[in-house]
Amino acid sequence: MAASASAASPRPAARPARGRRGSALGWAIPMAPAAGLLALFFVGPILWCFWAAFTNLALTGASASDPEMVGLANFREMFADGDFYSAAMLTVAFVAGSAIIGQNCLGLILAMLMRSRKAVVRTVVGGIVVSAWVVPEIVAGFMWYAFLADEGTLNSALTAVGLPANEWLYELPLLSVIIANVWRGTAFSMLVYSAALSEVPDDLHEAAAVDGASAVQRLRHITLPLIKRAAMTNLMTITLQTLSVFTLIFVMTGGGPGIKSQTLPLYMYQEAFKFSQLGYGTAVAIVMLTIGAVFSAIYLRLLRNEV
Amino acid sequence: MAPVSVGSTTAPRRAVSAAAAYGVLAVVAVLFLVPFGWLFLASLNAEAGLTTEPPAEFTLRNFAEVLNPDNLRAFGNSFVLSGGAALLTLLVATPAAYPLSRYNLRFGRPVLYALLFSTGLPITAIMVPVYGMFVQLELVDSVPATTLFLTATGLPFAIWMMKNFMDGVPVSLEEAAWVDGASAWKALVRVVLPLMLPGVTVVFVFTFMTTWGNFFVPFVLLLAPEKQPAAVTIYQFFGQQGEVAYGLLAAYSILYTAPVVALYALVQRTLGGAFAMQGAVKG
Repeated sequence: MAASASAASPRPAARPARGRRGSALGWAIPMAPAAGLLALFFVGPILWCFWAAFTNLALTGASASDPEMVGLANFREMFADGDFYSAAMLTVAFVAGSAIIGQNCLGLILAMLMRSRKAVVRTVVGGIVVSAWVVPEIVAGFMWYAFLADEGTLNSALTAVGLPANEWLYELPLLSVIIANVWRGTAFSMLVYSAALSEVPDDLHEAAAVDGASAVQRLRHITLPLIKRAAMTNLMTITLQTLSVFTLIFVMTGGGPGIKSQTLPLYMYQEAFKFSQLGYGTAVAIVMLTIGAVFSAIYLRLLRNEV
Repeated sequence: MAPVSVGSTTAPRRAVSAAAAYGVLAVVAVLFLVPFGWLFLASLNAEAGLTTEPPAEFTLRNFAEVLNPDNLRAFGNSFVLSGGAALLTLLVATPAAYPLSRYNLRFGRPVLYALLFSTGLPITAIMVPVYGMFVQLELVDSVPATTLFLTATGLPFAIWMMKNFMDGVPVSLEEAAWVDGASAWKALVRVVLPLMLPGVTVVFVFTFMTTWGNFFVPFVLLLAPEKQPAAVTIYQFFGQQGEVAYGLLAAYSILYTAPVVALYALVQRTLGGAFAMQGAVKG
């Protein structure tokens, strides 16, 4: 849900004067409904985690209605489970491959290439990339399944030109979901970088070009330093979004074959709902929440001056 | 002298690099378009498989077949969930944002930090505890409870956006209304909200779109088929064992995608600037 945006734009010049101090009722009443909802449905479940993760709560059976405290058993089991480490490593690879490398770099490249191109090109190319982002995640999953399936588009195109077909979703499941997620998420990075680049003055580039700076030098010494903040916020945002991707992988590979593309969200889903171990699933949830919290805290530090 | 010589050497190079840029952009655009091909062609093909191929006979039969009462109900459920969550978000986020924007609160900053921090937490992760909680409170299969949960998960970001849009409305206009005897509430509703209508629209549309596209939450919390939204129903087309009717799947996907694309296009056209994202964050 961290679909927040860039810190590229400067602070608005005219901020409203915020001199008033509201009376207690003046702020308590308007904020109460939001606070109540968040307490019940956001903070509540998170706190509930810290109870359930230490129980043997199950979906059905005796430990469903009457769970027992089991101490750290869930965590001990988790850290002894090879599948958990596999899921953790796959999550790291998925985030690094699809967000940090894929979406981030492709988004930056697209934004740079589109800068100072004809408006019609920007509209068309930008529109196509954004449409991949607007499509609901589950539909994106179907489309990529159809593209990469054994009898899918890619294989029929390959055989048409005489190349061997491949069982992409079976042999390269992680790469398949990474590519699908790059396709789906690049628009966000592109939009963030486009906004950031639009604030890099053209004359800086021209002056450097006159002084004989190469394109690479200009990128390194002018563009990148000026969009550093936007890049950091973008990286944090897409990392947080990608950490919790479930639907796309669920549709394309279901985490398989075996556990070869089972990232932490899919692992948690399987343990909690397929194997009925809610307590254990909650322990996995706590690990994911902790990772999310750490990244979120870094993100917050980056944005701190902007609040 | 220098500018002239520079100009003459960079002009051809510039033309080459421009051509290269257009080339790369064209390739990327085509690559991004390719997966869409199957969706459109299969939806018009009564015998669609997984390959992108023009149908032997173009037909709208898939669409007609997909628009059966069960599926229409699923769309209705989607509208109830998404519209409900979006409306509720406005009703709750607007008053909550007001003190954050207008008052000099001692805890104003911590609250904003907490909201921003919450936007980063993975909602996927809390689905297991939420399910457990819903079971214990006997709320599984409750549409209102699911709507409230969907509202709550989007609320931190909604309040954050709303506060920033509100910051963009000069306080002097509101003060003029007070002088004329309007209460703070009246001033908010009559003066501030109309002036930040684009922002209100963005918050509404954003919430609607994310809820509409959300699969995991209703998949976990709504088990009765007659209560499930289109996002979950569509998965059953696909997840069923045996022969998948790919033409129907594609047609349903298009119908399911159309509302969010239309909303996005509308907001984009009227408000401009990539969903006003920058505005959403920076006011």
